[in-house]
Amino acid sequence: MTLKRSAAITGIGEMRPSRSPDGKSTLGIWTEVAREAILDAGLTTPEIDGLLVAPPITEQAAMWPSILGEYLNIHPGYGNVVDLGGASACGMVWRAAAAIQSGLCRAVLCVTGEASDVETFYAPRAPRARRPVQQLPYREFEVPYGPMGVNSGYALIAMRHMHEHGTTGRQLAKIAVDQRTNACANPDALYYGKQITVDDVLASPLVVDPLHLLEIVRPCTGGAAIVVVAPDLAGAAPRAPVWLLGAAEASRGIMLSQFDTITTSPIAICAPRALEMAGVAHGDIDLISVYDCYTITVLITLEDAGFCPKGKGGPFVEEHDLTYAGDLPLNTHGGQLSFGQPGLAGGMSHVTEAVRQLQGRAGKRQVRDCELAFVNGNGGIMSEQVSLVLGT
Amino acid sequence: MPTDGYRKPLPVPSPETRRFWEGCRKHELWLPYCRACGQFYFYPRDFCPRCFGWDIEWRQASGRGKIYTFAIQYRAWHPGWAEETPYITALVELEEGPRLFTNIVGIEADPRKVRCDMPVEVAWDDVSAEISLPKFRPVG
Repeated sequence: MTLKRSAAITGIGEMRPSRSPDGKSTLGIWTEVAREAILDAGLTTPEIDGLLVAPPITEQAAMWPSILGEYLNIHPGYGNVVDLGGASACGMVWRAAAAIQSGLCRAVLCVTGEASDVETFYAPRAPRARRPVQQLPYREFEVPYGPMGVNSGYALIAMRHMHEHGTTGRQLAKIAVDQRTNACANPDALYYGKQITVDDVLASPLVVDPLHLLEIVRPCTGGAAIVVVAPDLAGAAPRAPVWLLGAAEASRGIMLSQFDTITTSPIAICAPRALEMAGVAHGDIDLISVYDCYTITVLITLEDAGFCPKGKGGPFVEEHDLTYAGDLPLNTHGGQLSFGQPGLAGGMSHVTEAVRQLQGRAGKRQVRDCELAFVNGNGGIMSEQVSLVLGT
Repeated sequence: MPTDGYRKPLPVPSPETRRFWEGCRKHELWLPYCRACGQFYFYPRDFCPRCFGWDIEWRQASGRGKIYTFAIQYRAWHPGWAEETPYITALVELEEGPRLFTNIVGIEADPRKVRCDMPVEVAWDDVSAEISLPKFRPVG
């Protein structure tokens, strides 16, 4: 059983992130990126027969696929919310392919994004209804101690990684700097034109020690959509299809206290499976496009995906040039750290960038001879993982 | 006991967790224990998450452990902590095995003073008439 070449991405749509909604609504953003992706794929709305939606982080509703399907006048035979946090976008890609392979549908529209900003994202989200039993374990056993959401979780991971492996703040900062260099070649990035140095990162305010402001992702407004189609439709698409070559998913829950170790993630399980399905080795990969809510996320992803030995991520990022022109191109759109994190569209930005690079339309930041991309989505606190291998 | 004016989120015990919070109120750390596995676990459930067995009992823990990891909060999400930054959030690994999300108290929030694997013991924070939170302080 394999998903290799079961489906291809033939269309992408992405809104340029902005710091605030500027009058845009989430439904309006979804419409904008869906239209762009459907047109990019050379399709029309009646041809879309599958619809996957990632729930907005700062808005709550039930039945998002029905809401969006009605709004766009799309009536799919397969609809789902994919609620894997930052791993949702990558999770959508293989779910779309599996649905296509099963014969349920032939063209799946996958939509992410929201109208949000830093203030909305960080506003306290009190439980809406005071119920007699609030049985969410993290609310009972973590929130009373004052964590700053996932910032605290990743800080706890980074501190332990530093303790176990001697990882330094300068090594982590290098990741943010190389990604910013990439963003400076991407006019759509939120931090385009604002180059930073390792010293800038280390001089930025500590939000949750050991994490500085410039190694923490910025919540913003934006959206991204892709169209995943069956092989026969892929052959008729206007652009070169980007094939799903490998996919795997691994989850371990949501609370750090429940994990045997916090410095190794389930990427160690799903990345090797995805690479094996694709039948490729690490050295074959031309582009690494992996979730980067924090610098530590990238470092642990590189280790757990097998690009370097466990615990050696620090020296590894120092020894390699992670820019689009470097020996190990990584997050060439700037990553979410420099591109922006428009809700779960942040995770989708790693997919859309891989598609652009593989189709040779990444402009100034185009990676030469880019044929194979490793993409990873990370949800929760390095708990929910989806690895993909995409190729031409 | 600061029962009035406590502005931070409080845990709301459920039928599955009430025994834990009853222990805390008496300044005793009680944990669920799986008789089949011969091991403690946390957070409380009516079954052992390791073997999915339901032959469990409650046992009192020593209250001693070590800091598995920590972070220093220079910013707070909830306004209840706005006046208290910097403070320390941490995962403490108890002698009995389980890890708890908690605060480290009784030491300056300075990464040069707090260390991973530092030994700690429970320090009770009576935050309401019903709830005492287990926090931890360095030993010695």
